[in-house]
Amino acid sequence: MPADLTPAVPALTIAGLRKSFGSNEVLKGIDLTVAPGEVIAIIGKSGSGKSTLLRCVNGLETFQHGTLEVDGQALAQDNAAAMRALRQRVGMIFQSFNLFPHLTVGKNIMLAPGLVRKLPADVLLERARRLLERVGLAEKFDAYPDQLSGGQQQRVAIARALAMEPMMLLCDEITSALDPELVGEVLAVVEALAKEGMTLLMVTHEMNFARKVSDRVIFMHQGRVHEQGPPERLFADPQTAELRQFLSSLQ
Amino acid sequence: MVEFTLWDILRNLLFAARWTVLLSLIAFVGGSLVGLLLLIARLSTHQLLGRAVAAYVQLFQGTPLLMQLFLAYFGMAMLGAQTSVWTAATLALTLYSSAFLTEIWHGCVLSISRGQWEAGQALALGFIEQLRHIILPQAGRIAVAPTVGFLVQVVKGTALTSVIGFVELTKAGTMITNATFKPFVVYSSVALLYFLICYPISAYARSLERKLDAR
Ligand SMILES: Nc1ncnc2c1ncn2[C@@H]1O[C@H](COP(=O)(O)OP(=O)(O)O)[C@@H](O)[C@H]1O
Ligand SMILES: [Mg+2]
Repeated sequence: MPADLTPAVPALTIAGLRKSFGSNEVLKGIDLTVAPGEVIAIIGKSGSGKSTLLRCVNGLETFQHGTLEVDGQALAQDNAAAMRALRQRVGMIFQSFNLFPHLTVGKNIMLAPGLVRKLPADVLLERARRLLERVGLAEKFDAYPDQLSGGQQQRVAIARALAMEPMMLLCDEITSALDPELVGEVLAVVEALAKEGMTLLMVTHEMNFARKVSDRVIFMHQGRVHEQGPPERLFADPQTAELRQFLSSLQ
Repeated sequence: MVEFTLWDILRNLLFAARWTVLLSLIAFVGGSLVGLLLLIARLSTHQLLGRAVAAYVQLFQGTPLLMQLFLAYFGMAMLGAQTSVWTAATLALTLYSSAFLTEIWHGCVLSISRGQWEAGQALALGFIEQLRHIILPQAGRIAVAPTVGFLVQVVKGTALTSVIGFVELTKAGTMITNATFKPFVVYSSVALLYFLICYPISAYARSLERKLDAR
């Protein structure tokens, strides 16, 4: 690397993150640095704290100890303006889609950029159409969410998140609620995003997908990053008994 | 002594029914506005505010409307305020309505899944934006039937203002009875007029509900 090139600011830096629900400590000191454009797959047993970790990154959960920086900006939990700025940089896709059922697909996508970014109507419209095309649903602009299949709804949810032009996407088991035959169409969209350089933090049970798309796999166990590494190594040669056991339980 | 025809009775009752309708409208509109503010306070993350609203609701739900009317009427006089039955009646009915409406709407809001709030949060919407654009439009659909049902309660509730001397439909009925000595005819007419006010409201609620269900 040439000496005059300053290293890129990490997309995400988490240090000493601890989070409890009441007396139940769910995250027990997470340290994690994610480079811009890096694709991270988070795996682990149910209850190991994967969702909670993702939800801390965009402030859906508050945490008690540690620091979290997105693109060099420290997350300030009780500063509403700072949280609003942060959430524009970090998009989230949920397992249950969470589309707004009373709005058409187009309005689902245009709502937040219109309110938060105050974009004019023609820009909004153009953006929504372009994003829908990108997720292969151009003809569904005027449909309501309940008229779509699960896979289509999830692709709309991705388009909706992208409409805010985030630098990073958090995906929490986004194919877990789908019928098996609909999983592929959603993963294809995510894979395309990864190729285009989107920073991705995704909790997933799709090990083949994690192997194929991610740069790094994080194995969480009992609220800690128990083991991590590039997918080829991590899946082929797990170092800890817990990861070995987890991987064999999937078979 | 003058003889009262049925038409005389009805005419006088209709005249008084205007005040029943007007009082109901004021109570309902005022109660909705106050109720909406209370709802926002209750949903905010501010703990103390939420508990204060819950206590307010309990207070109005746990005491008879009649007592609330008495307290508004005599309480205001005690505080040295220039009390008219109008102000006392509208004040008491507005507060009473706001407590019930905020409780009804709170239930409707709670029935919307957390994921809807979270999707709004994740898209950087503020609390009021989430409420206005995501939650209330959905909760509003569910709220139509119980809200209109409550409006009918309010219409009937205005009858109680007769005890503090407000001349609305019921009070007028009593006065006309005293003049005509035809209690059965008079009170049948009073009941009929209440029905004629309330029935269209219920019917409208049902049609509105059907329309909302269609989409
Ligand atoms: N809102 C909550 N209140 C209390 N406990 C919670 C809450 N959310 C998650 N937990 C607990 O935190 C732990 C981790 O949950 P989660 O992050 O959802 O795990 P994962 O996504 O890995 O399955 C679990 O024990 C769960 O019961
Ligand atoms: Mg989870």
